[in-house]
Amino acid sequence: MKLVIERRDTSSALLHFSAPMVSIVVALLFAGGLILAAGINPLDAYREILYEAVGSTYGLSETLVKATPLIFAGLGVSLAFRMQIWNIGAEGQIYMGAMGATWVALFSGLENHWLLMITMFCAAFICGGLWAGVAGVLRARWRVNEVIVTLMMNYIAILFVNYLIYGPWRDPQGFNFPLTAQFSEAARFANFFDTRLHSGFFLALFCALLLYLLMERTVWGYQIKVIGSNPQAARYAGMRTGVAIFAVLFLSGAIAGVAGLSEVAGLQYRLQHGISSGYGYTAIIIAWLARRSALGVIIVSLLMGILLVGGDSLQMLWQLPIAFVYAFQGLILFFLLGSDFFIQYRVKLIKGAQGG
Amino acid sequence: MPELLQIQNIRKTFPGVVALDDVSFTVAPGEIHTLLGENGAGKSTLMNVLTGLYHPDSGHMQLAGEPVHFTSPRDSLSRGIGMVHQHFMLVPAHSVFENILLALDRVPQFYDRKHYQQKMQKLIDTFELDLDLDAEVWKLSIGAQQWIELIKLLLRDCRLLILDEPTAVLTPQETDRLFKVLRLLQQQGKSIIFISHKMREVMEISDRVTILKKGSSIATLKRAEFNADILARLMIGQDRIPEWQKNLQMSEKIVLDIRNLSVRNDRGLADLDDFSLQLKEGEILGIAGVAGNGQKALAEALTGLKEINKGKIFAGDMDMTHSTARASYISGIAHIPEDRKSIGIAPDLDVADNLIMKSFKNSLFRRGVFQNRRAIRRNAEEKVSRFAIKAGPEGSPVRYLSGGNIQKVIIARELSEQPRVLVALYPTRGLDIGSAEYIHKVIVDGAGRGMSTILIAEDLDELLKLSDRIAVMFRGRLIGYADPRRTSREEIGLMMSGEQREQP
Repeated sequence: MKLVIERRDTSSALLHFSAPMVSIVVALLFAGGLILAAGINPLDAYREILYEAVGSTYGLSETLVKATPLIFAGLGVSLAFRMQIWNIGAEGQIYMGAMGATWVALFSGLENHWLLMITMFCAAFICGGLWAGVAGVLRARWRVNEVIVTLMMNYIAILFVNYLIYGPWRDPQGFNFPLTAQFSEAARFANFFDTRLHSGFFLALFCALLLYLLMERTVWGYQIKVIGSNPQAARYAGMRTGVAIFAVLFLSGAIAGVAGLSEVAGLQYRLQHGISSGYGYTAIIIAWLARRSALGVIIVSLLMGILLVGGDSLQMLWQLPIAFVYAFQGLILFFLLGSDFFIQYRVKLIKGAQGG
Repeated sequence: MPELLQIQNIRKTFPGVVALDDVSFTVAPGEIHTLLGENGAGKSTLMNVLTGLYHPDSGHMQLAGEPVHFTSPRDSLSRGIGMVHQHFMLVPAHSVFENILLALDRVPQFYDRKHYQQKMQKLIDTFELDLDLDAEVWKLSIGAQQWIELIKLLLRDCRLLILDEPTAVLTPQETDRLFKVLRLLQQQGKSIIFISHKMREVMEISDRVTILKKGSSIATLKRAEFNADILARLMIGQDRIPEWQKNLQMSEKIVLDIRNLSVRNDRGLADLDDFSLQLKEGEILGIAGVAGNGQKALAEALTGLKEINKGKIFAGDMDMTHSTARASYISGIAHIPEDRKSIGIAPDLDVADNLIMKSFKNSLFRRGVFQNRRAIRRNAEEKVSRFAIKAGPEGSPVRYLSGGNIQKVIIARELSEQPRVLVALYPTRGLDIGSAEYIHKVIVDGAGRGMSTILIAEDLDELLKLSDRIAVMFRGRLIGYADPRRTSREEIGLMMSGEQREQP
């Protein structure tokens, strides 16, 4: 008997669909082991997660609140993935978006609600977009690897925002805490159902719809798909791949930037330390799980939201550290990447093989 | 006669595809056995089974009377089966000696360089190969690189050599040399499996021919039992071959005038060097030359994929080398690229999307910023039926199509807008006879409507059959023109190896 690995000539749609599902289940099993090691019954823990996250209006609203930045950032990252561009820098783009929105909210002198909303949106959009656009220019012009650039620029963005809140933007009345002053009422999103659920969530859904239309229905989206599928063929068909690389990275960063807006205007009402707790990195997992669909991004973001909210309650109930949630996310991505192998190859048992 | 290799009822399936249905044949010691079959007949799968890359679902293999199951290429190599692939497995920056050494088994950490050099040199002398052990591989011609691959296998004492379309990259003269070496090997008792679809070569070299069709071996014929007609008929079977008639009318009007064109490649070397060519209206201008002598650069310069360093291109009286008119003129040049998978298609998109790749901006296919999906689908339906494309279920990615159908998608796209000029690079490479003839017909029909074609091909027979004139390229230069009605293969062959000759 011998194990043999063979390349599949074709891989079925069923396989493509079931692979993410199976990897989530396997990740659940492994994470169960981790929970068990912490002395907790995994089934209880999973039941608790579900109950906390979707079992009440409050839990449900919190899940949606957590999912909101994930949807934005996930959409941004998956848009770039669509063109085989790897934007690892959504985290930094969220920070830059939040910074842009904060600048408008605190220092523009505007007072009209809608005017503020629109200007803040534009500021977040442009700041996030330009931040990713740097990688776009470098990639399009000099073929600099965008993975490294976007990743490195995360640190710059986070440290720059830290500089602002520790330095020039610090609230004079803030007892020296590293945070900016609170936004005025006019610079805040509306809340719904007496919960923390804010307009950002609906804006995120709308964004997903727009992005879907953009990719599937417009001439521009068609070009992105061709370039993503085969850049050489695109160039040969007269498409300007360099411009498209910049545009896609800009848009990708811009959408991630709006996640920053949504966090400061919808939730925290100020710029402060840790406005994004790794949403930008989770977005990479989300984009990968969702493969290429905007709807997929929404679904996976909601799942991640459940996990985050449920994880919080595990922390409170059993003192299980929040790191567990990140370990779980890591496990999902790990098994998902592993499942790609099984989509492309098959493993076979050969009987009575000789030699080797 | 005891057989060296016996293949019995080999079957190999992939999900949803039967790649090999039922293949049986034998190879005797000292025999040159040709495998002949259209693309998709299963030749490459069979080779992968023979060299241990794939495992057959059922069937038996016997080597010198012993049943064998190969688990890897290394395994089959250790049993004396070696293969020269179409794409050479060489390290370009290393010397010939180093490349051969790399392929050897059990070379000690501190090896005796002299000893190995002598061993290699002995083989080179035996076969009278023109090969310098110290030369770096990238400086060598393709033909010489093939010798290296052969020597690698011979040093490992392979009893059975598999050559996958070895002549595709050779000049006629180099092919003759190769055949001489193969006959010498044959006399030493080596067996050779030869894969080719150039009928002339098959006729010349084979002791026996096994014909594969749709994954099954349908006949094995001995020398004297086969001729070109019989083989072609067996290979194609019931498939209908499109008929076409060549139109001999040709105007003297020049549609494209290329003057002293120079194009440098990424390494700064000249791909095209002072190259001049005139294309007349309605003509099919064949370009002959060994692969890698600037044909690709020529096609890319004409279609705007490569920048022109020096020289001019005139269309009619208009200089279109750098002017803004170039872009729009280029869009009027249809291009069948050499490597269809790498630049011809977007593999993940479906047929409909691939068919509009050059005309997606056309008002036909859009309403403002939105695409007109209905028009795109209608266009696809029309092209699929007109060009007889087997496209599979709607929306399935083009990469699942066969090579012939992918080529049809490209041709349907390129020729749909009545182009004035067609630049076709190896348009029938790797295609079955039916598809290849279909493509010939499309080109000839186009010429009848006044389309001028630059046809770059490697098969001289194809060029002689289709072209009104043949231009021969060597190292990026035009060596001269030949008249296909008066020239000979030998003459073109000499020109392909750089021998200058008076222009007619």
